[in-house]
Amino acid sequence: MSFGHKHILGIEHLSREDIFQILDTAAGFKEINTRAIKKVPTLRGRTIINLFFEASTRTRTSFEIAGKRLSADTVNISASSSSVVKGETLEDTARNIEAMHPDIIVMRHGASGAPHYLAERLNCAIVNAGDGAHEHPSQALLDLFTIREKKGSLEGLKVAIVGDIAHSRVARSNLYALTRVGAEVRLAGPGTMVPPGIEKLGAEVHHDINDAIRDADVVMMLRIQLERQGKTLLPSLREFSRFYGLNQDNLKLARPDALVMHPGPMNRGVEIASSVADGPQNVILDQVENGVAVRMALLYLVAGGEAAEES
Amino acid sequence: MPEVTTVILNQAGINRALTRIAHEILEHNKGTEDLVLIGIRSGGDHLAGVLADRIAAIEGEKPPLGAIDITMYRDDLDSRGSLPLGRTEVPFDVDGRKIVLVDDVLYTGRTIRAAMDALIDLGRPRNIQLAVLIDRGHRELPIRPDYVGRNVPTSREEDVAVDFDAERHPCEVRLIKP
Repeated sequence: MSFGHKHILGIEHLSREDIFQILDTAAGFKEINTRAIKKVPTLRGRTIINLFFEASTRTRTSFEIAGKRLSADTVNISASSSSVVKGETLEDTARNIEAMHPDIIVMRHGASGAPHYLAERLNCAIVNAGDGAHEHPSQALLDLFTIREKKGSLEGLKVAIVGDIAHSRVARSNLYALTRVGAEVRLAGPGTMVPPGIEKLGAEVHHDINDAIRDADVVMMLRIQLERQGKTLLPSLREFSRFYGLNQDNLKLARPDALVMHPGPMNRGVEIASSVADGPQNVILDQVENGVAVRMALLYLVAGGEAAEES
Repeated sequence: MPEVTTVILNQAGINRALTRIAHEILEHNKGTEDLVLIGIRSGGDHLAGVLADRIAAIEGEKPPLGAIDITMYRDDLDSRGSLPLGRTEVPFDVDGRKIVLVDDVLYTGRTIRAAMDALIDLGRPRNIQLAVLIDRGHRELPIRPDYVGRNVPTSREEDVAVDFDAERHPCEVRLIKP
């Protein structure tokens, strides 16, 4: 069974079978991360460039560790240290990097569609590590992996995604991924933070957090992205926290064995109370741990995949 | 031209070969102390299970059983594409153990090389021995099995298939000529 995609640009392009192939591959890689010698020679001699135009510690480190555990040579380039600050265009930056013959470019960019733009112009595989408010496929896949690991399956689960839906690429990728594997998705946030018409993608939309998390199997909280919005969407953080924050009281509405997830970094006391973030239902560090295995799977699949056309 | 299939080992033949290999393993290792069996997925892991049962029936003690997937250690990712990854399950420490690596068919030796690399990444075994049901020749690496069920001279165009039943017991070995 060959993987039919040269690039991983978003969940939107992946079928249910693709998603399960990635999760099953990641399950095989997870075992390596608990060994004394955490390295296999699978991608020996391959070069992976992590091209991060936006600040990121967690995702960049996770991709870097994933590449290194597969024995690839990984190089990190961040916008602040690249010629972007000298006025170089994205395409020129990418062409210069391509001249060094990388096999895979893992890319984060503040503009939606930037990885797609490069995928059309460069020969190497592109993995989207987050583009604007569009998609963050590796995060959604590690979320699915974590849910499946804890719950046994994904089909029929009720998943509430709460917070700033409009600015969240995590929410968008998770919405595509969860609906594709048969989970029921409920989105909740203030009217200013839920894009109109998003229910057409298969989600229930709520403006009361309690309605979204009632009987939920999974409660996924999103970070309030203060850097992506003016003050017009929110009267105050305190008010948001009061109406949309997850705390021990409203968490009781969810199923007693509900998982609490957060893509990080958390604003403690804003979207999630510290007692919940540190409580027994949280799987936030499991998400981080599984992130490495899922990213190893993505790198492995795009490195070995035939040069199939991106659908 | 249609394929021609010849049965080269039936159920009884396989049973005799595995019983002999079990005796040889016990004799060579003087019992089961520090002995573990690790099968190569997929096929070798089923055979390792049968061999472990056979050893237990003879010696009264079943050696620990593991399975390794060697996909991550293959040297042909470029030509084969991304193969489905299986699970490596070795639920014991391999340091200081005498490992019998088990596979169904030995051919070029590249799978065994990959399996040895995989085992050495898990620890430092005292030694690694190799048991195979069928040795069909055509080695590309200096690898020689310690225990062989049957030597079957083949041409490179031919194929050897080991069939397993629903209980994952080997039931037939076939030579397929194109």
